Amino acid sequence: MTRDRTVLALLVVVAVLLAAGPFLPRWMISLFNVSMGYGIVVLGMMLLMRTGLVSFGHGLYYCLGAYAAGMIDQIWNVSDMLAMIGGGIVVTAVVSTILGFLLSKYREIFFAMLSLAFSMILYGLLVKSASLGSTDGFNVAAKTLAGMDITGKGLRLTVYSVTVVVMGIAALLLHRYLASHRGRLAGAIRDNELRVEYMGASVRATVHVNYVISAVLAGIGGALMAINIGHIDPEMTYWPQSGEFVFIAILSGTASVFAPLGGALVFETVRSFAYEYSPNTWQMVLGITMLVVMIFLPGGLWSLFTRKKVAA
Amino acid sequence: MTEFVAVLVDGIVYASWLFIIAVGLTLIYGVMKILNIAHGSLYALGAFAAVSCANAWFAQGYAAMGSFAMLAVAAIAVALVFAPIIERGLLRHMYGKDEVVLVLVTYALFLILEDFIKLVWGVDPLFVQGPNYETPYSLLGNFDVAGLTYPNYNLLLVGVAIVAGLALAWALNRTRSGKLLLAVIHDREVSAALGINVGRMYFVTFTIGAFLAALGGALTAPTVSVVTGMGAEVIVMAFAVVVIGGLGSLPGAALGALIVGMVRAAAVHYAPEVELFSVYFVMAAVLIARPKGLFSGAEVRKI
Repeated sequence: MTRDRTVLALLVVVAVLLAAGPFLPRWMISLFNVSMGYGIVVLGMMLLMRTGLVSFGHGLYYCLGAYAAGMIDQIWNVSDMLAMIGGGIVVTAVVSTILGFLLSKYREIFFAMLSLAFSMILYGLLVKSASLGSTDGFNVAAKTLAGMDITGKGLRLTVYSVTVVVMGIAALLLHRYLASHRGRLAGAIRDNELRVEYMGASVRATVHVNYVISAVLAGIGGALMAINIGHIDPEMTYWPQSGEFVFIAILSGTASVFAPLGGALVFETVRSFAYEYSPNTWQMVLGITMLVVMIFLPGGLWSLFTRKKVAA
Repeated sequence: MTEFVAVLVDGIVYASWLFIIAVGLTLIYGVMKILNIAHGSLYALGAFAAVSCANAWFAQGYAAMGSFAMLAVAAIAVALVFAPIIERGLLRHMYGKDEVVLVLVTYALFLILEDFIKLVWGVDPLFVQGPNYETPYSLLGNFDVAGLTYPNYNLLLVGVAIVAGLALAWALNRTRSGKLLLAVIHDREVSAALGINVGRMYFVTFTIGAFLAALGGALTAPTVSVVTGMGAEVIVMAFAVVVIGGLGSLPGAALGALIVGMVRAAAVHYAPEVELFSVYFVMAAVLIARPKGLFSGAEVRKI
């Protein structure tokens, strides 16, 4: 069974990453941290894409997660890493549940446009709110982990380890969800909504649930990214950021939970090196990569690893 | 009262500017069903090309008034160079794919063109300016309304927007090719079967749309510092306009531009802290109330 192998493989990957942590060079830890943060967001994009939806505004939840993480420190002086991630989860879950009532009625380009509008509303609010640093944003620092002091030399490694574990849990839960009854409805909805309704399942409820899950994943990614980078700004909800998530999801493909995680790593690696060696053409490299993948690998990079063809 | 007049004038000028850009976007969507993110890049290309053309003109020491012609030349050049490459070279192979896939293709194009601009023009801000600091923006003089002074250049924007809108409406509804285009919009396959060269229709449409985007950029260039990333800012605003009006609708683009222009001008004057927020709030509100935009239900025939 494929399912068992995915779970096992996930556990192995998490174990290897955790064990390798102390021996990895600094730059690699940074690269992995950013890739995993992105990877978690793209897990959510993948779920939406499986449902047949492309959001051009998932930066909304990415940004909300990050700001929630940063603001519980500002407001309540809470700087525990788990609490910060929890804050991101709660805020994104609440907001996406509310917006989901509206968005679950929309499809295709209208879904993309309405989610874009919502993310730009947040952008418009944040750039004008002086108390949150306007366009400059503000700095975020996690000081404890479940009560233990983590400041100082080991901080980077701690953040890395927590990120690995969170990513593992997120991927595992999403994988179980995708294999569940409701999870499997996603593909059916993409193919033919009417049939799904005739089978007695609610399309809207499923879209709504999937939307909330994807939003929470984006919030977790955002919170982790805020802790990891230590700084947040409104660019996180500007549309090119949302576009980047769509980009990685297209690059990766949607066939397995490994696809977004691997895709995010490939993306970050390509970007880091392209940015390092030719800062003025990295977007061009990304754009051309995206076109090549869309034309020649409609199932994403992951389809290179699977013999069975799965549509993007 | 003065404030109200200021809002009105600013709103109309801003709406005109938005319309010039958004009408090309809605035209391309109406005909080809492509929501073209690269429209923002064509706008930016128009602005950068305008800087090069106008400054070259000034550097030659020719009459400053000729710089206006240079703005137009820049827009035409951008359309003639990039439209064939983009439409014939790439988009032509993509027709019939899912609308969302087409959006992503143009997003990839957008990324490529952003860096193309950096490679050609560098990353420093540029200005349309002659050796004696002359610029088309100030050449036309000013006009006064209710005690407020505005550059006449703004009137030029309004004029161009009105001419562009009327010309498109006339071309679509009163000319032979326009009517053929309406047939293509209505049913591509049947039109092709009846002998309409659909490929050429698409190509011409895309070129006109690209020209309008570039023209918007070229006309903007003298009023701002031309910087990389200006395309990203404009394209979401143009999205708001066409989504409010109804994708693919010509009067919709005009109405959308007016709404966004007025809302933004009012926000700038009365509540500057909600300036950007207000535009997208209206966009979301319209999408919620009328998911396909204001002009979609009433019109059977789009564009």
